[in-house]
This record gives sequence, C-alpha cells and structure tokens, in this order.
Amino acid sequence: MIPVNVTPPVPAGGGSHAVAPSGGDASGPLPDGDLDELTPEQLAAQWEEEKPPAAGALANMASSLVVLGLGIGSLVLSVAMGLGTPAAPQPGLWPFIISCVMVALGLFQLIIGRHNRDAEKFTRMSMAPLTGLVTLALMVALMPAIGFELPALALCIVWMRFLGGETWRSTLLVSAIVVASFYGIFVLALNASIPHLF
Amino acid sequence: MDFLNPVINGFAVVLEPMNLLYCLIGVVIGMLIGVLPGLGPAATIAILLPLTYNVEPVTAIIMLAGIFYGAQYGGTITSVLLKLPGEASSVVTVFDGYQMAKQGKAGTALGLAAIGSFIGGTASIIGLTFLAPLVASFALDFGPAEYSALALLGILLVATISSGSKTKALIAAAIGLLLATVGRDVFTGESRFTFGSLELADGIDFVPIAMGIFGLGEILYNLEERHRAAKAPSTVSNVWPSRGDLKQASGAIGRGSVLGFFLGILPGGGATIASMASYAMEKKRAKQPERFGKGAPEGVAGPETANNAAATSSFIPLLTLGIPANATMALMFGALLIQGVTPGPQLVDENPDLFWGVVNSMYIGNILLLIMSLPLVGIFVKILRVRAAILAPVTALITLLGAYTINNSMFDVTLVVVFGIVGYVMKKFGFEPGPLVLAFVLGSLLESSLRRSLLVFNGDPLGFFSRPISATLLIVFVLVAVLPGIRSMLAKRKGSSLEETAPVQLKEKV
Repeated sequence: MIPVNVTPPVPAGGGSHAVAPSGGDASGPLPDGDLDELTPEQLAAQWEEEKPPAAGALANMASSLVVLGLGIGSLVLSVAMGLGTPAAPQPGLWPFIISCVMVALGLFQLIIGRHNRDAEKFTRMSMAPLTGLVTLALMVALMPAIGFELPALALCIVWMRFLGGETWRSTLLVSAIVVASFYGIFVLALNASIPHLF
Repeated sequence: MDFLNPVINGFAVVLEPMNLLYCLIGVVIGMLIGVLPGLGPAATIAILLPLTYNVEPVTAIIMLAGIFYGAQYGGTITSVLLKLPGEASSVVTVFDGYQMAKQGKAGTALGLAAIGSFIGGTASIIGLTFLAPLVASFALDFGPAEYSALALLGILLVATISSGSKTKALIAAAIGLLLATVGRDVFTGESRFTFGSLELADGIDFVPIAMGIFGLGEILYNLEERHRAAKAPSTVSNVWPSRGDLKQASGAIGRGSVLGFFLGILPGGGATIASMASYAMEKKRAKQPERFGKGAPEGVAGPETANNAAATSSFIPLLTLGIPANATMALMFGALLIQGVTPGPQLVDENPDLFWGVVNSMYIGNILLLIMSLPLVGIFVKILRVRAAILAPVTALITLLGAYTINNSMFDVTLVVVFGIVGYVMKKFGFEPGPLVLAFVLGSLLESSLRRSLLVFNGDPLGFFSRPISATLLIVFVLVAVLPGIRSMLAKRKGSSLEETAPVQLKEKV
C-alpha cells in the first residue's frame, strides 16, 4: 500500500502555507508523485483514512438518548395539546404521531445502531468550530448594540489568524478589506438596514 | 401546435434583458461560491437565498436556476483540480478528472465536463418539456390522500437512499417534520411548541433553517476538516477538448444524458446515483477498462453529463407534483414558496409564464454555463488559490448579513446560528442534514393533506387503501420501509455463523 497522506492533527487545519489553497497542508515531505498513482479504490481508502476518527459506542448512545429525549418531550407536549380522534383531530395528534415515530427510531438506534461507526470523535480540532461558534454568537449579540463592523472585523481576525493560521500582516490587511467591502455592498450599495456604527 | 405556444412565450420571458442578467449573475455567483471546497450546490443555494428576495418571482427563479448550475459546475472544478469533490455527485469525476489534471490535461477535463454537462442538461430539459405537462395532467386528479402518500414516500426514499445510517436519516426527517409543526396550527389556530415566543408564533421560516443547516453548519464543519493537501495548478490551458477527445467521449456523453434523465426523475439522490451508474457503465463498456482511474476522458464526460441531466430532470417531480426529489430540490421548493408560488400539477395551466420561464431559463443557464466556464476557468483557478482561511470568514459573514436582510430581523440571524450548530452537530454524529430540510419543507403539506384525507375518510386510516394511487404508493412505502429490515435480519442470521462479516453488514443496513 502506498503511504497515504494522513493528516496530523494541526490545530484548526492551520499552517500558514503560502501556496496551499486551503488550510492543513499536510503532504509536507511526501512527494507529489505518490498521489499520482492512486487508483479510485486507493483514493477512496485514503479519504476513509483522512476522515476524523470515529466516535465510540458512547457517542452513538448519547445521540440516541438525545433523540429519545426530544421524542419523549414532544410526546408529552403534544398529549397536553390534546389528541382528539382521527376523524376530529386536535392540534396535538400529528406531533404525537411524529414523536412516537421518533421515540421508536431512537430506541431502535439505541439498541441496534450502537455499534455504528458513522459518528465522528470530537478531537482537538473540534476547538476550531467551537471558537468559530463563539465568535458567531458574540457577533449576533453585539450587532444590535454596536453595529456589524467591529464584530465582523473581530470575527475575520479570529478566523484568519487563529483558525486559519494566516500571518498577522495578511490577517489585518484582508480583514480590513473584507469588512470595508461588506460595508460598501450592504450599507452603501444595497442600502440594507443592517445595524452599522459608521 | 397549441402545446408549443406557452413554451415559446416562456422564451420571451427568459430573454428579457433583466432576466438574462439575473441568470448570468446567478451562474457566476453560483460558480464562485461553488468552487469553495466543501460547499456543494445545496450549501451554495442556501447561502445565496437572500439574494433572490425583492425580485420578481420569475426572475428570482431564473436566478436560482443559474446559481444551481453554477454551483454544480463549481463542484466539478474542485474535483478535477483539487481532488476535492464539492458534493457527492462529482465524487466519481475525481477518479479520472484529477488524473487528467496531473497529466496536464486539466483544461481538457474541465472542457469535456462543461460540454457534457451542457449536452446532458439540454437533452434533459427537452425531455422535461414534453414529459412534465403529461405528468402534471396525470397528477391533477391527485387528492389529499395521494399527496399524503406521495410526501411520505418522498421523505422515506430520500432518507433511505442517503449515504449514512438509514435510521439516523429517518430520525433527521422526523425532526424536520416536528420543526414544521412549530407555530400556529392551520386548522385550529392553536399555537404549538412556541413556548410563549411571539417570533415563533408564525412558525419557523424555511430560509434560516436552510441557511443554518446547509450553509453555516457546512462552514463550521469545514473549519475542522482539514482539507486534504491540495494545490491548484497555477494555469490551466487547452480548455477546448481536441477532436479526438470529443470523439472518444461522445458515446459516454450520449449514454450519460439518457441514463441521467431517467435516474433523475426518481426520488432520492438522483444526480449522485446517475454519476456513479454512468461511471460504472462506461468502465464496463470500455474496450480497455484499465484506462479508467488513469485519466480516461469518458470517465469524466460520462458522469458529469449524467449528473447534470439528472439534476435537471429532478425538476420534474418538483414542478409537476410539488414533491422535491432531493435536498437541493427541497431548497428550490422553499425558494418558490417564498415567492408565493406553490409548485404542483396546476402550475403548468395556472401559471404558464412562470412554469415555462423556469424551464426555459434552464436552457439559458446551460448555455451561459458553457460560455462562461470555458473562457473563465483561469479565473476560477485563481479563486481556488485563495486560501480557505480567508474564504471561510467571508462566507460566514455573507450568511449572517444575508440572513439579516431577509426580514431585517436579528431573530433570523440568531436562528441561522442556532441551526448552524444543529447542522454541525448532526454531521458530527452521522445524521444527514438533507432529510431534515426536505421533511421540514414537506411537513405542513403532509400534515394538512393527512388531516384532510382523514376527514374525507371519516377518520378511517384504511381509507388510504381504497384509492388505487394512494394504495399503490403506500404499498411501495411499506416495501421500502420493511425490506432493509428483513434483509438485515437475514444477514444477521447468516452472520451468526460468520461473525466476522456481521458488524459490517449491520453497519450498512441499519
């Protein structure tokens, strides 16, 4: 088997590589020639191997339990809304049916599907989406108060510098250009009523 | 030739300069976002949905068709140049496309894909032009019972054909149906699952869900997934395939068109199945099958033709029955509903301008795609060289600010972020987001037609089996639902003697 191109856990697919179009340039010392020879089957195997590690039975159980919880919760709420009869249904009947299906599927998944390997493990790299989420949430919280410009600038800087591993210089330059052009498009050109500071 | 009159009128609509312009903008922006690694057509359309607000329905849909084609081709570009399929239906393009690129024939591969897509798409539209009115006239007799059965079957098929675990896909669909019940009950006016929130009283809008789950969820997921080391070539030359290449690929293009058209009509990942079937067929037919995977032009032309043909023909169930066949069509359905257009059998007769405008805009979209893609490949290659680290925050900001402009409300933006989290977590735990969005779109239709038909049947669920069409559809539904269970049961029984293979099969069937 040709040595496949296993990606080391670089934080946030980083690596400030000058040519790589995307983050995580992991090929490093691997000569490009190796990639040339891959047949479709090997390519598929390589993708399989590059996928994040699969989560264990615990994650599957947890997700099934969440589904079960959701199902039971909506079951209780829909019973409270009143079911009625099929001929004269109350608002709760349809959500009740869906909740029953959901509970059944959740149980099925809990018992039969617990060995599925399709869930992904949360790794160190999952910090990147988490950080991204925090910046997004902050932006949503701050936008009505101080306009979109500063939160957007902060979001760009965090995503480019810390999640993307760009250099400070290009981060600052590109972030400023991005926010300025958004200002130009949304505020000046489209006249949208987005909350803005300036 | 009365039948052709509305078709010709449709051309008049499409050829209005304004509509042409929007189609062009759609194709270009669709390609621009579609070449971003990891963002397929569904994500692209979701992110760009706000663009289609505040324009006339026909124009909006023409633009959406443009975005759709552009995004589809954008995925092809990344497959060939970066070995990164933008979506499932261009996975097989990678096998030979990337090899061709490695041999310095990236331009040829992209050119063949564009020409194949054009021919496949155009053939499919011609098929659609003749088939759609027929299907629609047949479906005019459909009552609520048939619609309930059809919607149920559609959701089930999309969930079971999806690539991951079937149970999880069905759970996602159930969540989608449940989300669709939030808000006022149409029959009694009572609020459901609003938890006292005024903003939820009218239900959850489709757009924040789509933008969150497909758009933001995908962006967050890609933040984590380090892209496979990929370098875009600096230049791509020889976009025009040589006569020899064309000759070699022409058979594949012809077969791909027909195959794609028919597979696309079926519900469930039409384009994906079509591209894979075409690749398999070409490999089987080839005199030297060993060339495949080493840069065979047919291996690019066939699947690309087939997936575009299928993507086009999957408009048939949407436009004639009002049932989207896959997640991308669910987005189109949502976009049409926003414009106040309910796709269904009556659309051809009641709104011929719109119907034929949409259909004919596909011709224009296809032609624009061909004209734009060949000379502009160089520009797209340049975009590919922009680092994902820079593109990610830009797309995230487009999504957030775009979501705000829909209703000028922060609540929508919050919803987008919430559903972005939901989408990300779902992908992490192996739940396909597609069935959720599809089920959400069909949710209210399903509920109201179920309740209406139960009224007609005096509350007797067996009434569904008293009508031939709904009975047939429901029997198919039961078969599709039960068969995998029986098969896995049999596999398990066999597996008890062969314990090695049992978990593998379980994983596939569950």
